[in-house]
Amino acid sequence: MRLIRHLGARTLDRVATLGRASVVWAQAVWGLPKIGDIPLLVRQIYSIGVLSLVIIVLSGFSIGAVIALQFYTQLARFGAEDAVGLGLALVLLRELGPVVTALLFAGRAGSAVTAEIGLMKSTEQLSSMEMMGVDPLHRIVAPRLWAGLICLPLLTTIFNVVAIYGGAVVAIQWLGSDPGGFWSGMQDAVEVWDDIGKGTVKSVVFALVVTWIAVFQGYDSEPTAEGIGRATTQTVVISSVMVLALDFLLTLGMYGDFK
Amino acid sequence: MSDETFIEISDLHFSRGPRKIFDGVSMSIPRGRITGIMGPSGTGKTTLLRIIGGQIRPDSGEVIVDGQDVCRMSRDELFEFRKQIGMLFQSSALFTDLSVFENVAFPLRVHTRLPEEVIRDLVLMKLNAVGLRGARDLQPSELSGGMARRVALARAIALDPALLMYDEPFTGQDPIAMGVLVSLIKNLNLALKTTALVVSHDIHETTSIADKLFVIADGKVIGEGSPESLRSNGSERIRQFMHGSPDGPVPFHYPADDLLYDVLGDSAG
Amino acid sequence: MQMRTIEISVGVFVLAGILAMVVLVVKVSGVSLQSDEGSYVIYAQFDDVAGLRKRAKVSMAGVTIGRVAGISVDPAYGVAVVALEIDKEIAELPVDTGARILTEGLLGARYIGLTPGADGEILLEGDFIEDTQGALVLENLIGDLVTRLGAS
Repeated sequence: MRLIRHLGARTLDRVATLGRASVVWAQAVWGLPKIGDIPLLVRQIYSIGVLSLVIIVLSGFSIGAVIALQFYTQLARFGAEDAVGLGLALVLLRELGPVVTALLFAGRAGSAVTAEIGLMKSTEQLSSMEMMGVDPLHRIVAPRLWAGLICLPLLTTIFNVVAIYGGAVVAIQWLGSDPGGFWSGMQDAVEVWDDIGKGTVKSVVFALVVTWIAVFQGYDSEPTAEGIGRATTQTVVISSVMVLALDFLLTLGMYGDFK
Repeated sequence: MSDETFIEISDLHFSRGPRKIFDGVSMSIPRGRITGIMGPSGTGKTTLLRIIGGQIRPDSGEVIVDGQDVCRMSRDELFEFRKQIGMLFQSSALFTDLSVFENVAFPLRVHTRLPEEVIRDLVLMKLNAVGLRGARDLQPSELSGGMARRVALARAIALDPALLMYDEPFTGQDPIAMGVLVSLIKNLNLALKTTALVVSHDIHETTSIADKLFVIADGKVIGEGSPESLRSNGSERIRQFMHGSPDGPVPFHYPADDLLYDVLGDSAG
Repeated sequence: MQMRTIEISVGVFVLAGILAMVVLVVKVSGVSLQSDEGSYVIYAQFDDVAGLRKRAKVSMAGVTIGRVAGISVDPAYGVAVVALEIDKEIAELPVDTGARILTEGLLGARYIGLTPGADGEILLEGDFIEDTQGALVLENLIGDLVTRLGAS
């Protein structure tokens, strides 16, 4: 009996949290498109996107290199080294690119956003802004939501390109694959919409979810040192789980027909 | 007091969870004067300021500020209404990503379309009023606590508000900074004719500048009047608070069993 | 940091993202920017194109001379019709050119190999290649083998 009541209370809690999160999101997204807000947006793209670039490029290169290495050693046994390029490109564009970039993004930018907003809340900066007649949802939350939405797809694309070239360096320069076979095999297999387009759709969905979680965790955090720490951890954990779960659903929905 | 009333609070009820913060609070705050609201920590003094600013909605009761009912305003009306309020937060709440100058310029930039030179002049005037014109290029992290609070004060008066609310302005300040703040609050009130509301538990400082005092405890107003009348002639509770006696109607001990019983409990039983 | 530096780096970042998208589309998926310029389309019918994909390469003597522009089914005959986009430079393919669906390596991608004929007439835009051989489908081969063994 007690267990049921406990479960019920927890469920209600979760539903209420989701409700609050939706309100925050809706109110924040509503008010952005004003010319005067562009400098705010630029600043956030800088701290969310530009500052994540280094980790994205480094991880992209090493992941591309590792995939090429693994594919090469396996495919060489069938004499199908030329398939390294296409395997690399498909795996990256469809799955690893969007997913790994979103995970890195949650760890690098998402946690930073949560901590920043949480700190603003605990030092009463949000409150004082409200008291000055400025809506923190527009001023603080909205630019970060939009910046995340713009940055993650861009980062994903950059990640993919760096990873493919990283793979190319390993396969061609180091392992001595034929560059013609590498690139033409890739070009034969990769479709603009099916692979690049759908991968980008995924990254847009991930961007929406990760920035939403990051911003809301900060905004709804308990305004104490522990509260901010907890919220930051929550951002990374919830975002990661959501990205992986959504990736499965999106793959199922977009590439469908696996019967 | 025959002054015109600026804020009228009547029969305010507010509870957080099972805890009653306000249980029928009524007060009227005169225009153009300094009013102190005092009481032990945890009696919801900050909450009261937030209710007046419309950040929290009370469970019942009315808060009329300058003829407008704060509790019945829409979100947009509230943001409009707040332009005439300045609030000094306990933690100063300076925007950490902006310099001192930009912090003070912030309200001017978002609420007015003044040209840059005018904003510059206004900001320097406000900073001059708190004696920190020379610190305009510093970052908030480079300021001492007292300086940060003065910058926050300059920011609060940037739009020449009709109402200034101070949330524990003296807490955690060294004696000199405290003296500076006391005279600043007093002088600003004289110069700007602003209605000021000071929430504090620092009896000395508050009584030295306030024209009228309210003492809150247990969700009720237990005393109001001029500082002199309260000091001489309140109930025992007010006297205990005003003189800072450790024991009295507000007990020194948290409710507990008798010490002897507690200590010897096992062997006695 | 100065707002100006931030603005510039954000601009560079967005440009890099767009550039990366262009690289993906052009270099990785191989969409050429002047695709219709300098090529013409001929058709070939196959019984079975199993595994052949759009934009697979068309080669002659191991040299890529074009791409598969589209694959459709002709319902009247139950055959696959493949549109081949051939570079303008290879303008003189004889009408008795043969088209075969081949596989790169053992597991590689399918592509179309053209074997030149000797006829004097040449294929023009929209013509059909007569001499075609569809994909080798392993199941069919095994099926054939089993029936033959059974018959003997």
